[in-house]
Amino acid sequence: MDMKRDYYEDIQLLDSKVLWFWFIMLIAALGVFPFLSPNYYIYMANYMAINVIVTVGLNILVGYTGQISLGHAGFFAIGAYGTVLLMSYLHVPFFLALVAAAFIAAFFGFVLGLPALRLEGPYLAIATLGFGMAITQVIGRWQVFGGRMGMEAPPLTLFGVNLETDFQRYFLIIPVTFFMTWAARNLMKTRVGRAFIAIRDSDIAAETMGVNLTLYKTLSFAVSAFYTGIAGGLFAFLLGFINPSTFNFFLSIYFLAFVIVGGIGSIFGSIMGGVVMTFLLLELDKIQEISFLGIGQMLAAFSERWMTLVGLPNIASIIFGLIIILLVVFEPLGLYGFWIRTKIYWKTWPF
Amino acid sequence: MAGDILFSVDELSISFGGLVAVDRVSFNLEKGAIFSIIGPNGAGKTTIFNCINGLYKPDSGVITFKGEEITGLAPHRIARKGIARTFQNIELFANMTTMENLMLGRHIHMKTGIWTGATFFRRGSRAAQDEIRHRERVERIIDLLDLQAARNQFVGALPYGTQKLVELGRALALEPELLLLDEPSAGMNSEEKQDLIFWIKDIQDELGMSILLIEHDMKMVMDISDRILAINFGKPIVEGLPEEVQKHPEVLKAYLGEDESFDSAA
Repeated sequence: MDMKRDYYEDIQLLDSKVLWFWFIMLIAALGVFPFLSPNYYIYMANYMAINVIVTVGLNILVGYTGQISLGHAGFFAIGAYGTVLLMSYLHVPFFLALVAAAFIAAFFGFVLGLPALRLEGPYLAIATLGFGMAITQVIGRWQVFGGRMGMEAPPLTLFGVNLETDFQRYFLIIPVTFFMTWAARNLMKTRVGRAFIAIRDSDIAAETMGVNLTLYKTLSFAVSAFYTGIAGGLFAFLLGFINPSTFNFFLSIYFLAFVIVGGIGSIFGSIMGGVVMTFLLLELDKIQEISFLGIGQMLAAFSERWMTLVGLPNIASIIFGLIIILLVVFEPLGLYGFWIRTKIYWKTWPF
Repeated sequence: MAGDILFSVDELSISFGGLVAVDRVSFNLEKGAIFSIIGPNGAGKTTIFNCINGLYKPDSGVITFKGEEITGLAPHRIARKGIARTFQNIELFANMTTMENLMLGRHIHMKTGIWTGATFFRRGSRAAQDEIRHRERVERIIDLLDLQAARNQFVGALPYGTQKLVELGRALALEPELLLLDEPSAGMNSEEKQDLIFWIKDIQDELGMSILLIEHDMKMVMDISDRILAINFGKPIVEGLPEEVQKHPEVLKAYLGEDESFDSAA
C-alpha cells in the first residue's frame, strides 16, 4: 500500500513511480508501433482507438450514470456525417468541423436525454433504439447526406499536411483518443462525474443532496454523445467513405457489448473492451484462414453446409456471441474484473 | 433558545388515493433546537419529511424556511436553501467510498464544471484546488464522526451502523441549517446509540444546526428533544415539551395501549 500524503494524490492520474514508468512505456510503445508494423495493423490500431472513444463515452452514460442507450450508432453517424458535410460544403477546417459535429451530436444527446427523465430501463432502451434507427432513416433518404449511396470523406488536411495513409492518420487518432480518455477519467474523479455516479447509485439521495437530476441526466447524455460524435468524425476518415448502412442498429448493440465486456463503470475497462472487441470483430472475419489442423476449412465447410452459401459470417457472429456470454457469466465486471483479480493475485502471491 | 422561528409547517396535508397520509399537521422549529416527531409505524412521519424536502408535493399547506415559502420546490432547490436529510432505509451511493459519498454532500458548494473537471492536470489547476479544499472540509466531518477506518472503503461493504453514520456525515457535508434525521438510531446497538446522541448534541451545539428528528427510541427522543410532536394516522395528537408529550394520555394509548407508561417500557 502506498501512503498518501495529500489530497491531490486522491485524484492524481499517476500517483506512483511504478505507474509513471508504465505510462512512459505505453507512450513509447504507441510511438514506435507504427514504424514497426504492417499497414493492416496500423489500420486496426486506428479502428481500436476510435472504438475506445465510443466505449468510454457510452460507459459514461451506461456505466457511470446508469442510463441505457441502444441508439449510439445515431450519434456516431451524426459525428461522421457532420464532420464530412461541414468540410465538404462549408470548407470548415478539420478540427473545427470535428468538434462542431461532436457538439451537434451532444445537442441531440441532450434532446434524447429529456425523455430519459421519465423513462427507465427497457422503456429508455426502446426510446433510444428508435432514435438510432430514425437517424439512419433520415440520412438514407435525404440527398444532402448522399442518400443510400453515401458520401466520400474529403481530403484530410491538418497543419498543411495531407493525411492520406493509415500511418499518418495514426498520429492524429491516437493523441485524440489519449486526450478523450484522460479527460473522461478526470471528469469521473471530480464534481460532475461524482454526480453522475450518485444518480446511478441512488437518484433520490442525489437530488436531496442538491444534484439537479434533470440537468445531470441530460448532461450525461450530451457528454456521451459528444464522445461518440468525435469518434464518428474520425471514423469517416478511417473508412474514407460512409453510407447509412454503416451506422445500423447492430452497431449500437456492438457498442454496448464493448462496454459490458470491457467493464461497466470503468475507464480502463472501456479501453480494454474497445481494443479486444475490435480485434475480435476484425479477426473473426478471417477465421477460415486459420490453417491450424484444418480448423478454418472445417468451419467453412460446416458453415456452407448448414448456414450460408458463402463464407463464414455466421460462424464469426456465433463465436463473438459466445465470447460475450462466457465473459459476462464468469466475470460480470468484464475484462476489468479480470484485470483486478490478476492484480490482487500478484500482490498477494504466494498466498 | 433564541426564539427565532427558523422553519415552520402550516396545515400540511397530503393524501394518496383515498388514504390521508398527513392531515393538517402544523409545527414551528426554533433556530438551534431539536424537534422530534414521534408516532407509531405508518403514522405519516416520513411522509412529512418527503413533503419538506420536495420528494412529495403536498395537497395543501405551507412550508416556510427562513421566512421564505419552499412548498413544492424541487428537491435539489430545497437542498440549496440549506436543508439536508438522512433516510430511514439507507440511501447511500453504495459503489463510492465514504470520502466520495461525503464529497457528494459538498456538491452544491463546489464549482467545478465539465471542462475544468475534465482537463485538470496539476495541483494548481482549478478543479484540483476545488477538490483539495473540499476534501479538507470533509476530512473534518470524518474526524468528527470517527469514520477514519471507513474513509477509503466502499460504503456498500460497511456495517449497517457505520453506513448510518456515513449518511449522517453526508448530510453534514452539505452544511445545512436544518437537518432532517429519519430514524438515525435504527439498527444500532446501545453503545452506538450513546455515541449518536452525543454527536447529535455536538451537531446542535458546535455546528449550530437545527434538527428535525424522527425516532422510535423513546429514551433518546426524551433525552435530546427540545420539543416533540406526536402524530397518529396522519393527525397531530399533541405538541409540546418532552414531559408534556410523555404524559399525554393519547400518546400513551397510541404507543403502548392502555395502562402503561414510558418508564416501564424503557
